[in-house]
Amino acid sequence: MKYISYLTIGIFFGIIMYKSEAASWFRIYEMFQFGSFHMYGIIGSALVIGVIGVQIIKKYKIKAIGGNEMNLHPKTKSVARYLIGGIIFGLGWALAGACPGPMYVLVGAGYSSILVVIGGALLGTLVYGLVKNKLPH
Amino acid sequence: MNLLYDPWPWYVAGPLIALTMFILLYVGKQFGMSSNLRTMCSIGGAGKYSDFFKFDWRAQRWNLVVVVGAVIGGFIASQFMSDNTVRINPEVAQQLSTDYGIESSGDAYLPTELFASEHLTDPFVLAILIIGGFMVGFGARYAGGCTSGHAISGLSNLQLPSLIAVIGFFIGGLVMIHLLFPLIFS
Repeated sequence: MKYISYLTIGIFFGIIMYKSEAASWFRIYEMFQFGSFHMYGIIGSALVIGVIGVQIIKKYKIKAIGGNEMNLHPKTKSVARYLIGGIIFGLGWALAGACPGPMYVLVGAGYSSILVVIGGALLGTLVYGLVKNKLPH
Repeated sequence: MNLLYDPWPWYVAGPLIALTMFILLYVGKQFGMSSNLRTMCSIGGAGKYSDFFKFDWRAQRWNLVVVVGAVIGGFIASQFMSDNTVRINPEVAQQLSTDYGIESSGDAYLPTELFASEHLTDPFVLAILIIGGFMVGFGARYAGGCTSGHAISGLSNLQLPSLIAVIGFFIGGLVMIHLLFPLIFS
């Protein structure tokens, strides 16, 4: 039963990604060319609402379902891993035109070539796991 | 305007993405898509090669179900709610066509020059898809999150590490589009 709600959340998210064109290579390219406000508007408005909502959750100590704490953990402090990792991610995001969420959405939309991108992403994740201890974090 | 069929504007999509994040928080989870790649590596047996993949992936099954939902959502949206074309800024479209020969904007959702399945036999196209995907997977795990985990969840929680990561995302993206694209595509 619980899985039905996760499935519904996923379907909802998939439709938003596709319908907003955030899953389109063209929109990612246009964003990095500063050709439209569209992608900035999506991320920016999600963020404004997100920040306000999280502040309200913290101020009124709103609990998750079942009375558990919300999953809002502070991230470990560092610069190197976030900056270097972020730059590598950004290079790939702009080249493949898809980040991890939209990749799955595009599978459902029938673009078989995106499976190659997902294969590359799995390989990248695997290699990170193998060389992780040699990287600055 | 046909709300169901036309592309959704940013002021519809952004708030709905925030809603997705809040629903996941409410059910005791968090919004983050790239961690599924690690889970899939673990299921595939990568724990034999690195401790990074030795974790209780069963606790992450809920997120894989979200992934299955996202696939279904992509199917529903593309089949019943879209004409599967994306019209970007005409100047950017013109530039893509003149400089790189990518002429499918306005006619397709993804550039057919890169994503049409008949190009999968072209080593150049194949290399772009694999290398692009590789950097997304490697970078997301190195940075500890992707667009959903850092740009939405992390920044919403005012996390400085997420701000650094998102600045990195944009440095990488701008370098790729403005410095590397001219070398790769012309």
